[in-house]
Formats: sequence, C-alpha cells, structure tokens
Amino acid sequence: MEIELRGITKRFGEVVANSDVNLTIRAGEVLGLLGENGAGKSTLMNVLSGLYRPDGGEILIDGKPVQFRGPGDAIRAGIGMVHQHFMLVPVFTVAENVVLGVEPTGPVDFLDLKKARAQVREINETYGLEVDPDEFIENLPVGVQQRVEIIKVLFRSANAIIFDEPTAVLTPQEVTEFFAIVKSLRSAGKAIVFITHKLHEILEVADRISVLREGRIVGEGVPGKTTDLELAEMMVGRPVSFNVAKKPFSPGPVLLDVQHLTVLRENDAVAVNDLSLNVRAGEIVGIAGVQGNGQSELVEALAGVRRVAGGSVMFQGKDITGASARDRHRLGMAHIPEDRQRTGIIAAFTVAENMVLDTYYDSRFSHGLAMDWQAVNQNSAAAAAAFDVRTPSVFEKAGHLSGGNQQKLVVARELNRDTKLLIAAQPTRGLDVGSIEYIHKRIVDAREEGDGILIVSSELDEIMSLCDRILVMFKGRVVAEFGAAGRPANKNDIGLAMAGVAA
Amino acid sequence: MSEQGDTTTLTARLLERAAPKRADFEDLVIVPLFAVVVALILGGVAMLATNVDLETIGRSYVALAYGSVGSINALSETITAATPLILAGLGVALGFRAGLFNIGAEGQILMGGMAAVVVGFSFTGLPMLVHLPLALLAGIVAGALYAAIAGWIRAATGAHEVILTIMLNMISYRLVDYMLRMPAIQRPGRSDPISSSVLPSAELPRLLEWIGPNLRLHSGVFLMLAAVLFVYWLLFKSTIGFEFRASGESPEAARFAGMRSGLIIVLVMALGGALAGLAGANQVLGVLGRASSGFSAGIGFDALAVALLGRSHPFGVVVAGLLFGALEAGGRQMQVDAGVSIDLIGIIQSLIILFIAAPLVVRALFPWGFRKAAPASKE
Ligand SMILES: Nc1ncnc2c1ncn2[C@@H]1O[C@H](COP(=O)(O)OP(=O)(O)OP(=O)(O)O)[C@@H](O)[C@H]1O
Ligand SMILES: [Mg+2]
Repeated sequence: MEIELRGITKRFGEVVANSDVNLTIRAGEVLGLLGENGAGKSTLMNVLSGLYRPDGGEILIDGKPVQFRGPGDAIRAGIGMVHQHFMLVPVFTVAENVVLGVEPTGPVDFLDLKKARAQVREINETYGLEVDPDEFIENLPVGVQQRVEIIKVLFRSANAIIFDEPTAVLTPQEVTEFFAIVKSLRSAGKAIVFITHKLHEILEVADRISVLREGRIVGEGVPGKTTDLELAEMMVGRPVSFNVAKKPFSPGPVLLDVQHLTVLRENDAVAVNDLSLNVRAGEIVGIAGVQGNGQSELVEALAGVRRVAGGSVMFQGKDITGASARDRHRLGMAHIPEDRQRTGIIAAFTVAENMVLDTYYDSRFSHGLAMDWQAVNQNSAAAAAAFDVRTPSVFEKAGHLSGGNQQKLVVARELNRDTKLLIAAQPTRGLDVGSIEYIHKRIVDAREEGDGILIVSSELDEIMSLCDRILVMFKGRVVAEFGAAGRPANKNDIGLAMAGVAA
Repeated sequence: MSEQGDTTTLTARLLERAAPKRADFEDLVIVPLFAVVVALILGGVAMLATNVDLETIGRSYVALAYGSVGSINALSETITAATPLILAGLGVALGFRAGLFNIGAEGQILMGGMAAVVVGFSFTGLPMLVHLPLALLAGIVAGALYAAIAGWIRAATGAHEVILTIMLNMISYRLVDYMLRMPAIQRPGRSDPISSSVLPSAELPRLLEWIGPNLRLHSGVFLMLAAVLFVYWLLFKSTIGFEFRASGESPEAARFAGMRSGLIIVLVMALGGALAGLAGANQVLGVLGRASSGFSAGIGFDALAVALLGRSHPFGVVVAGLLFGALEAGGRQMQVDAGVSIDLIGIIQSLIILFIAAPLVVRALFPWGFRKAAPASKE
C-alpha cells in the first residue's frame, strides 16, 4: 500500500493550515512528521483520516484517487488514526470499546462479545500488545489505553496508522514499549505516520522524516544522517539551543513550606502521603516520578483545587492550607495545570478571554463589576505576541488553536503576571523545541528575579536541565533528593529512585 | 529596535477582528428562519391531516398574520404577550449560559406574581411612585428567593437543578391555591381561589389608552427592555457574567481559575428567578389585575422555548419572545376567524423548537440555504 498526498491545501477562514503539501506514505515504513506548533501536522493528518475535507489537492491510494466524506470512508480505505486524546468509554471493557461501532453480531442480532474477545486476543498476539480484553478502561494506565486505541484501529483492518503525538502522555517506560509495538507494526507491513516534538524519538523509530513549517513541507531528513540540531533548525527556521543558561544558584528565604501533607484521591485512596518539601526564592525545584505517584494530586492541593486531608502548607510564612484557589492567586501563586484541555483553557472562549481566566477581577482588567475589554484585549495581544501563541487574532476561539498553542496560551497567562511562586505541571507538554527554549528561558528569568518555582514533569531531561533541586516522588512520598544539598543529579540514580529502588 | 517594531505590528494584527463568519450567520439567522417556515408548513399539513379544508387553512394563516401584526390592536396584543415571555426567557437564558437548566420559571412566576399582588392590594394610600416599585420589587425578590432555594440545594448537595425546579413548580401551584384561599388574600365574598384586585396605584399604566380603550399594551414593556439591556451587560460586559459563562462552558476550568461554583450557582438561579418573578409581577400588575389559580398560564414553560430559540442571547430572546407573542396573539384570532383550535399554535411552537434543536434536519431539508462543506474559494 502506498498513500500519496498531492498538493493538499486546507484553510480555516483566513488561516492556511496546509498549503500545497505533498507527502508519500509507504507500507512497512515509519514516516516521522515534525513541525513547530501550529505548523499544520494535526490538520494534515485529519485530512488524511477523513475528518476534514481539503480545499485543494488529492489523496491517492496505490495510484488511485480517493475521496473521503468522513472518517468512515478513510477507515474503509484502510487508514486509521490514534488521536492524542483517546476516545474510549471508561465504563466499558477493552473488548467492548474495540468493537464499538462495528460490533460483530450473531445470527440473530445480538452482540457477539465472545467473538470480539477472541479477535482482540488474536491482535494482541500478532503485535505483542498484551491487553486484557475483559479489563475496564477506567482501570487501565494511559499507556495501555493507548494500546486499546491501536487495537481499535487494527480491528478495523487498517493498513496505515497515524499517531498524533502518541508519546506526549506516556512515561519513559511506556515510550519504550510503544516503540516496540511500532516496530512490530512496521514489520507486519503497516504504513505508519508518527508525529512528535521529541527529536530523539523520531531519530529512533522513523525511516524517513518530513518537516512542516507554516503549512508547507520545508525539508526532509534521514535518521542517522540528519542531526537533531539540524532538524530543530529546519522546524523553527533558526538555530535552537537545548541548553538552559542559568546564573549560579543562590536561593533566598523559604517561600513555600509544605509539612506532612496528606492528600486523598476521589476514591479516598492516599495519593500524597505525609509529604514535606520546601521551595525557596530564586530556586527551581523539580519533582520527578512515574506518573500516578501523587504528583498531580500534590500540585492540585498546592493550587487550592483539591482538599488537603492532613498537614500544612505555608506560603511566605502564612498558613494557606485551607485557602481557596483565588486567595492563592491573590497572594502571588501561579498554577499551570497539567490537563490544558480540561482545566487550563475554555475551548469555547476566545484567546483574550482565556488569557484573563484567572485575573479578570484584577484592577487592570475590570473596574468594579465592569470588564474593561479594551484592556483585556490589549494585554492578551501583547502576551500572545511575547509567547508566540500562533493565532489569527485574540478573538479566535481557543479551541481552534493547535494543541501546542493552547499550551502556550496557558503558560503565557500564568507567566505574564507578577507572581512569586509558580507551580507548573508539565509546562512544556506538546510544545515544539523553539517554544520549549523560550518557556525555559522565561522560567529561568523568573528564578533570577527571585521567584520560587516548582515543576512537575515526566520529562527527565527537562527536570535535569532546569532544576536546582530534584525531588523524586514514589507512592505519594519524596523518596530521594538530588542537587544542591543532596546527591548530584544523575539520570541513572534518578531513574532508580523513580522505580522505588533507591534507599 | 526592529524587533520592537515587529512585536508592535504583531500585537496590532492580533487585535484585528475577523469578519463574522458565514457559518455564524447560518447558525443565528438561517436555521431559525427555516425552522419557523417549516413549522408553519407542517402546521398546515397537520390541519390537512385532520380534515380541515384548504380554504380554512388559508384563512387560518391570514388570521394568524392579521391577529399578530395586522393592526395596532394586534401589535399591542403581540407585545403584551411577548413581554413576560421575554422577561422569563432572559432568566432561563442566564441559566443556560451558566450551564444550569432552570426549568422552574413557572413556579418563580407564580411566587413573584403572588408577592406583587399581595403588596399591590395591601397598601392603601401610597402614591404610585412608591407603591408600584414596591410591588415590582416584591415580585422580583420573591422570584429570586424561590429560585435560590433550588440553587442553594444544588450547590450544597449536588442534587440536580432540573429535578429541584420541577419539584418547586409543583409546590408553587399548590402553594398559590392555598394562599388564594387565605382570608387575607382571597377576594371578599368569593369562594373560588382568587385574590383581591391590585389597587390602581400599583398597576402598570397602560400606554395606548389614548388611541383605544381596549389596547392592553402597558408600561411593563419598558421594564422588559431595561431587563434585556441589563442581562446583555451582565453576561458580556461584567465580571459576574464572565464567571457565569466560564462555569457554563467548563466548570472544571472555572474552578481551577479560582471561581466559586457554589456561589455562582446560587447567584445565577436567584437572578433567573428575579427575572421570572418580574415576569409574574408584570402579568398581575399589568394585565390580570389579580391572581387566580394557575395565572402563570404556562409562560414559564414557553420561556424555556424562547431562551432556546433565542440561543440564550438577550437579543435573540427578544426576537424569539416577539415571535412567540405573535403566535399567541395571532392564534387567538385564528380561533375566532377560522375556528381552528389554538392547540395548533402549540404544535407549531413545538415544531419550531424541534427544528432549532435539530439544525441538521433543517440543513438537510434546505441544502441550498447553506454553504457547501468544503468551499473551493475563500470567503
Ligand atoms: N478547527 C479549526 N478552526 C480554525 N483554525 C484551526 C482549526 N484547527 C486548526 N486550526 C489552525 O490551523 C493551524 C494548524 O493547526 P494544527 O493543529 O494542524 O497544528 P499542529 O502542527 O498539529 O500543531 P501542534 O504541534 O501544536 O499540535 C493553526 O494555526 C490552527 O490555529
Ligand atoms: Mg497537533
């Protein structure tokens, strides 16, 4: 099977998301698709998977032009897509989710789950996926849920599989397993498109690399020949530095002091267990750990959006254990939430509205009860320009921005006001290398100004390059500390601590 | 230096508003327009199916048009009928915007109307300048408090507001009947549930009596217009409206942004109830002059449709309210002139809502009214 995109153009109003794109995808090959945020990668793949109809150009499968009127047509033509946001029913089992929409039925019209289960097992064995067909989705970790999405696509007998930023939500361990799956799919003769912002990943699994910028293909790369620096420059159009330049560490007084903090999950299980930590002025503290070890709950508790079950939180000497999220904002705490789609932005609101989502009450943006939209818009435009949020205007709906630009919007909102402490969960998730460079610079600038910063990230590289001090969380506790007073940071040791091995 | 210039132009570009999209226009204008047309046609089909001859059908629609916009009296009736629909519709729309389904306008109208009536007949000797505002205020406060009950229970316990407001509607019917038989309220000498009459000093003055004594248009229409502007300002120009809309679009994101959902829920419900209460006061002080059993007459339920049809936008609610008012006024004429049951108007109203709620049906029926899915050219 060979899929050829010829001269694909896709517009959204004034925005040209794809412009005359030519691309070939072949069986038994992994095509890596790179490009900065808003370059048009997702749009292009949505065209290929039948979600969008192109304004120009054509798609050829094995030389024959095809027209997709919807995703159904694309699936019938053998093209499946694994979206970044999974589309699974949490209260259904794996098998039920897989057959949803294409249920195999017996002679009388009843759901033949037995057959479905058998088919899921078969796919499991062929590609080494190891998913229990009878487990409920809500009980599965993210990495396994992703495999269910893959099974769904394979169940519909796809020959071409598109992955849109599949590794953004995976732990390093899961990424390794994911690559093994991709490789077995490739050797089974599937054509694969792999979108990511992590250059080392693409160099590891891709057979060919195409780079998009501003909707056009601007270059190709060959793993083994092209270096990550070259790829980065091709993407962003300028040289990118992966190193963060920091002044020497000279911390001030303690800003945030957490003592014996205990936080529960919704089901009353202990998420954060008697945890103590502190963040000082002019210090970047990183929390490393495998996802699901209480980091999310810790951040939410510190941000005031999750109840504290025990212990105390002091900020600048003031007890804020029971303070509301708004109180904390007012005291000078900023929070970049982990899940931008659910908690960071409001998709139906404009960029300008989202930019003041937690500061609208400030005297800069409202007088008494009256919003000052003029000021809001001005400020948003300035912030969007500074943080390179790619949007046609500040009146565009945030939901229309590309994933990475939504993230930049949240980061811009939180970094663009005068705060003393930043709590950031996965601040650079889904960002391109150029944007990461800029955000890191802003975070370091904040540190130089004497702000305290607490970062939770599943990117060990990010934590290692940015942080003055690294805490490793395991099962709700801090099990190891590196840098500053503790041991010097070392990737291997941190990895071991994350697995719960260290002392 | 040049970089400075670049960011300035970039900022300026970001502040440029895009021209309204064709899709918005389709959504806001074409779909409702077609929905009304299709509903009217299907209403005719319904009459045909029930053995009404073509001539009578023709006569009905002429009467509908005549009775709604054909004369000064018709216009007066249309606006009089539209006023409480718009007031209560605004209250419902406010709830929709904040993600709350306030089905309780009917009960809030009843409570507001009762309070206004009681104040309206109880205080003798007050000048109108004091008495009328007092009666209106009583209606507003009673409606707000009644709705706030549902809001408070929802915020405190998480019980769903649909159930709560439906229950409060049930309670309000019986409560009104009960109150109307209380000696202090019941009209002396009557045994049926009916209140004393509102004193002239608390009546909303009629506006067109100098043209004809039967023109019922009253000054409640100004209250309605003020309410429209107020709700518009509140939703789109105030911080409170920002919070309402944020909670409506994404309660989680609103919570993470530090908005207090419980407070917002109570406030939205109370404001919606205030508007519905004002609608009730408007009815008793401007049209009915007294309260009787079930004087809300389903306005609270039609208000749901009005809010829906008006896309929960204050100006949309005005248009939808006027349409429903016209259907009601015209429907009465239709009954008189053509002998067609006023129930037909109910059918037409329901069909309109059906088509609004299912825009895809409208699009499928009138493909030429809409842009093709993938335009070859730029707009
Ligand atoms: N539904 C939409 N409506 C309007 N504009 C859109 C829509 N979807 C995408 N765009 C615009 O098209 C451009 C390309 O977006 P796309 O999502 O394809 O980027 P991307 O390369 O996937 O970026 P990212 O790496 O951030 O995910 C962006 O400028 C975006 O604002
Ligand atoms: Mg994308």
